[in-house]
Amino acid sequence: MTTVPLYEESAHRKHTPWRRIMLAVEPYIYIAPSVLLITMIMLVPLVIGLSYAFRDIQLINPFSGGFIGLEHFRTLWTDAAFWHSMKNTLVWTFASVVLQFAFGLVLALLLNNPFPGRGIVQALVFLPWAVPTFLSGLNWAWLFNPVVGPLPHWMAALGILSAPENILSDPSLAMWGPIAANVWWGIPFFAITLLAALQSIPQDIYEAASIDGAGPWRRFTDITLPFLAPTIAITVLLRTVWIANFADLIIVMTNGGPADQTQIVSSYIFTQAFRRLDFGYASAVAMVLLILLLAYSFVIILLRQAMLKR
Amino acid sequence: MKSSAYSRSYRFLHYGLLAFYVIFALFPLYWLLKVSVTPNDLLYSEGIRLWPSRPSLAHYTFVLAHSDFPLFFKNSVIVSGSTAVLVTLVAALSGYAMSRFDFRGKMWLVGLMLVTQMFPLVMLVAPIFKLFSPLGLTNSLTGLVIVYTAFNVPFATFLMQSFFDGIPKDLEEAAMIDGASRFRAFQQIILPLTLPGVAATLGFVFTAAWSELLFALMLVSKAGASTFPVGLLSFVSKFSVDFGQMMAAGVLALIPACLFFLLIQRYLVQGLTAGAVKG
Amino acid sequence: MASIEIQGVGKSYGAMPVLHHVDLSIQDGEFVVLIGPSGCGKSTLLRMIAGLEGITSGAIRIGGQVVNELAPKDRDIAMVFQSYALYPHMTVRDNMSYSLRLRGTPVERMTSVVSAAASKLGLDALLDRKPRTLSGGQRQRVAMGRSIVRQPKAFLFDEPLSNLDARLREQMRVEIKKLHRELGTTSIYVTHDQVEAMTLADRIVAMNGGVIQQVGTPLDLYERPTNLFVAGFIGSPAINILEGRLRCDGERRSVEIGSGERISTAPLAHGHDGQDVRVGIRPEDVQISPKADGGPTAHVELVEPMGLGTIVHIRATHHALKAFVLERVDYPVGTSISYELPASKLHIFDAMTGQRFPE
Ligand SMILES: Nc1ncnc2c1ncn2[C@@H]1O[C@H](COP(=O)(O)OP(=O)(O)OP(=O)(O)O)[C@@H](O)[C@H]1O
Ligand SMILES: [Mg+2]
Repeated sequence: MTTVPLYEESAHRKHTPWRRIMLAVEPYIYIAPSVLLITMIMLVPLVIGLSYAFRDIQLINPFSGGFIGLEHFRTLWTDAAFWHSMKNTLVWTFASVVLQFAFGLVLALLLNNPFPGRGIVQALVFLPWAVPTFLSGLNWAWLFNPVVGPLPHWMAALGILSAPENILSDPSLAMWGPIAANVWWGIPFFAITLLAALQSIPQDIYEAASIDGAGPWRRFTDITLPFLAPTIAITVLLRTVWIANFADLIIVMTNGGPADQTQIVSSYIFTQAFRRLDFGYASAVAMVLLILLLAYSFVIILLRQAMLKR
Repeated sequence: MKSSAYSRSYRFLHYGLLAFYVIFALFPLYWLLKVSVTPNDLLYSEGIRLWPSRPSLAHYTFVLAHSDFPLFFKNSVIVSGSTAVLVTLVAALSGYAMSRFDFRGKMWLVGLMLVTQMFPLVMLVAPIFKLFSPLGLTNSLTGLVIVYTAFNVPFATFLMQSFFDGIPKDLEEAAMIDGASRFRAFQQIILPLTLPGVAATLGFVFTAAWSELLFALMLVSKAGASTFPVGLLSFVSKFSVDFGQMMAAGVLALIPACLFFLLIQRYLVQGLTAGAVKG
Repeated sequence: MASIEIQGVGKSYGAMPVLHHVDLSIQDGEFVVLIGPSGCGKSTLLRMIAGLEGITSGAIRIGGQVVNELAPKDRDIAMVFQSYALYPHMTVRDNMSYSLRLRGTPVERMTSVVSAAASKLGLDALLDRKPRTLSGGQRQRVAMGRSIVRQPKAFLFDEPLSNLDARLREQMRVEIKKLHRELGTTSIYVTHDQVEAMTLADRIVAMNGGVIQQVGTPLDLYERPTNLFVAGFIGSPAINILEGRLRCDGERRSVEIGSGERISTAPLAHGHDGQDVRVGIRPEDVQISPKADGGPTAHVELVEPMGLGTIVHIRATHHALKAFVLERVDYPVGTSISYELPASKLHIFDAMTGQRFPE
């Protein structure tokens, strides 16, 4: 017995390397299509796009294309329109995320407990998410248009506006138009994710807490919120980044106007690239935006880890 | 007594708030519908009436019979449908790998997929155009399908992964012992159990592809290959005064996306729940 | 049917070793039970035999053939999972015939095999139901049925009964034993439950921390545990373990407990005077009587009636003991009692190594 070598069957030795290799390679076969697609269609173009930031690329100028180093970034530093759009991005992102989150959380809580008709109500309140974004933009633009939309008239009747005018053409109010559309469209996203998280909280924890004497409010602050915290953190993070990048509504509703009052960085990139056809400068702005967003995510993740450690 | 009064007022508040949400969610859509059935001569005189005194389907007839919308509609169905199917296939594979295998580079893959969610996509338009035009993929529905597929794979992968995580590993191990290869176990045991997840992913991607505007606008310049959003937008600039027709077109654009969404929204919550339980 | 040889098998997850050089050879038709505390690597070993985990080192043979690199599907073994792992979207019939379908078995043969297995397990009436409509016990039977239809080389069971209630567990235990007698298929059975282990096994393999501690018949392990771990793990109520010091007095050996009390032991070949030892004695071997008959005395701390007999907890000056008696005694707490530890029933272990002293 002891002198028998471990692998005496030559028939099996033949199969040995093949199965080893198959086992090692198997996961990569499953992810290959995804990785290939993402690399070819997102990563490679991203790198090319980033390289434009250091080149002079203007579609209307056939002699452009040269390498110009940091020139675009120097221009950017003194570009008042860019700084203005940064400020607008903050307002746009912050207001949209906070409102979407607050409304979404309340909605998720309302939908969490069973009641007759919950299925239908849930389907209806989630419906805005299915509306194509450009169509939501158009739709809200029409609602704010005093000719065909009721909103200006109602707001005037309530005394919010002095006259039934289109807030989208009022520089001081215009930003609230796209924000309203964004909130309407984005509530379901938060509600869906938070509802899923709520439904995964084990019910017996609530029962234990009630027996321990916790009232509804205490149960919410002591159980629901801590359980939701990880979901909230990750959703808010992803959503903030996404909304900062999200220019569709603004482009459709106001196109950055009036007087650049609704121009955010990503719509500014769009304007530079497709109205001025200056791809080099657009890429430089995009690169700054990408770096800021990466930095933001990084800080948030670090904060989260610091909090988890505590 | 006290507690029943409490619960009654609580119920009142509950339903009141829900009614507010339902109205808030549906009113804009309702208004779209209302304007689309208002004949042109009543549009301004009955601007803020809740329902026109004389509804008509004239705008719909015009859009369906005298515009390119049926073509745009067909293009959009082809693009969104193919994208949804492709993404679901690709994401099912990668989501399965993320759920079931430990492999080197897994964290890098997760990182890569997260970072792709931060790209200002505007930036990719010109490079993709440059890559695609020598391949004949601009001005073609195939090109759009490829781009949309790549853009949607990361999120769909996370979604599918959360569904797979909800299915016990024992099941495919039992199948493998019963004599199935891993791929066959995946196909015959795991996938059928993930059907809700597949439905959710299909629906999610279909709606996303259905509404995409930027690349549809930039990669396609000939009308024959335009999708619905592009058609609608060109409509807005061409006939900027004809609200009725635009809104009729808008209502038509909404129908497939909303139908799809109504069917799958339940699974979306379930899928995310399954993942949340695990994580 | 086949023998299973496990030679020098080791397993690590990354840098963490889970199994160390396991050697075990299982004869054709044998029923072997793996037992050990949670996390000791029982499931890992079973899954390596099944092909669900890779083998870090060593070799596993089934029917004389090395299977290290063979996929589970090519090993021709069947496994019953703790969770049963029934395919939820298939009927009981389809669950049971899935492996046959994968092998392209002709339909007529499949039908007859499945119905034979179903009637053996009393599942005839359930064949067209989905698993979710079955009770726990019925699911367990389906899982068994699924593995017997194809007459595999070996059955592997990973705690198959642990999700059942006590009554059902007892019943299934008997059925598994009958089934094994009937089919004679080599079986490896993982469990926590020592009653299952004692009643089912031809041989028990006791494991701890990824190392096999002892292999032997149930009575071997019970009567001659090779080390402290096995002694403490097997038997319920658990064995009494007393700390003491070996005393050599010419040829006579005794163990001194605490300061003073001495228990004389059977002759030992090893050991030196003053060596630290542990003395084990099973509760049923502790003899107690309420009459003071000259032996050491203790007083009653607690009496646990078990139905079959009674466990009496007694405390002497330096140690506590459990005694199991078949009578229904009911001593009041504090009763003074004399006890005796028969030399032939003592298990002496080296306190340092935990190993049994050779006799
Ligand atoms: N995939 C894995 N990665 C890392 N460690 C693992 C993995 N699977 C198991 N282990 C470790 O291997 C050890 C043995 O696990 P195993 O499941 O074999 O124990 P067990 O004896 O079956 O326990 P139980 O009786 O609780 O089922 C445990 O310490 C466990 O933490
Ligand atoms: Mg185990």
